[in-house]
Amino acid sequence: MNASSPVQDTAPMPPLARHLIEAGDHFIGRLQQGQRLRIVDLEGNQAADTLFYNACDVAERYSAVDTVREQGSLYLTTGSVLRSTLNRPMLRIVDDSCGRHDTLGGACSSESNTVRYALDRRHMHSCRDNWMLAIANHPEYGLTKRDIGHNINFFMNVPVTPEGGLDFADGISGPGKYVELVSEMDVVVLISNCPQLNNPCSGFDPTPIELLIWRH
Amino acid sequence: MNLVPDVDYRTRLPGGQHWSLRLRRGTSLTLIAEEPGCNVGLLLYSAEQPLERLNLPDTLKCQHTFHLGRGHCLYSDMGRVLASIVEDDCGGHDAVGGNLGPGHFEAKGWRRIRYQQGRNERTQSGHESFLIELAKYGLGLADLSANLNLFSKLTVDEQGRLRYLPDHCAAGDRVTLRFELDVLVMLHTCPHPLDPSPDYPHRGVTIELGTLPPPDRTDVCLSHCAENARGFDNNRLYLLGQ
Repeated sequence: MNASSPVQDTAPMPPLARHLIEAGDHFIGRLQQGQRLRIVDLEGNQAADTLFYNACDVAERYSAVDTVREQGSLYLTTGSVLRSTLNRPMLRIVDDSCGRHDTLGGACSSESNTVRYALDRRHMHSCRDNWMLAIANHPEYGLTKRDIGHNINFFMNVPVTPEGGLDFADGISGPGKYVELVSEMDVVVLISNCPQLNNPCSGFDPTPIELLIWRH
Repeated sequence: MNLVPDVDYRTRLPGGQHWSLRLRRGTSLTLIAEEPGCNVGLLLYSAEQPLERLNLPDTLKCQHTFHLGRGHCLYSDMGRVLASIVEDDCGGHDAVGGNLGPGHFEAKGWRRIRYQQGRNERTQSGHESFLIELAKYGLGLADLSANLNLFSKLTVDEQGRLRYLPDHCAAGDRVTLRFELDVLVMLHTCPHPLDPSPDYPHRGVTIELGTLPPPDRTDVCLSHCAENARGFDNNRLYLLGQ
């Protein structure tokens, strides 16, 4: 428990666990079926790049395309069901003080930064490098690069215009905004707290996030 | 300038079937819709290192578009261009609809015709079609990335709601991909999962394979945006010494 956290815990039950994740750091851990996960954007305009896996068989993971097709909408918020590559429910969003989360933008990587910004930005820290360190440090989850797919960007705003344009807009999140999910199966959670400095997804000033986990 | 490949091989893939091939850098793949409402699910992997694969989020965000069409490149997760869309009668190809799965048939009221009953007119799912082709290269469910649906289009309103446009492509519409690296191509002709047809439609395509010259600085894809020029710079780096 982090006593210095600025977040007021308004839930009736004390959390099982709290994790403060600085920008550019990662989290990997299990969430049991029925447990509740809150992700808090402590200082606002941060992006939490997140993947979920079936803890019993990590070959099944969060699928953006199955999720958006079945809900008929691109953006995630309260009521959204996150679906797997086998089109099964993995988690439900039960509370959301931000209002909209991105499914399209994927994660930054040192390689895609060379394309998007400049070839000499290859060295800058990125979400996919962050995940690579997470899976290298935690081989017990059985994850390799083949398991790193199309992720959710909690708190990020990537609107599609009616003409079909797509851009990374200024964040709609703010200090203390949070999203809360309940797990429909035992899952592995993999999060990169985004270190991106080249676009407004982290407000050009990446800041910490906090995770809180409750039994139900 | 229209890019017309020299055609070396032509085949027909009926509706509801799957296909794969390693296609070398400099080859082209043209798909020709046989009727309105065709759908072709597409996945790409580097033939040299299949851990490098089509990444649709990277593809969309670096070209600032939700709809893919002529002039766009298809990017791997490693910042390289796997293929370019050099010709396209249709436009607006879908990158978020995913695949028809075995669980969709009942909800859609589509008959699940097994091989015993239907022989090769059976109704396969796009999901299983990809798993079959992936397995031939030692790949599996964990390797199943978000796929492209050529010839199908979804629109988005300001609230983010998706709408499928029925019969978006016309009979005879063509799409030509030029491969920029050696690529494993997986495709299927199963219907789009949001296709509202009253029963499973079998809509086939003609496949033409050929060759095209490498892109120059005026190429429709390379010159489309500064990002694509850098993507091709990454390809050049990858191919140093060849």
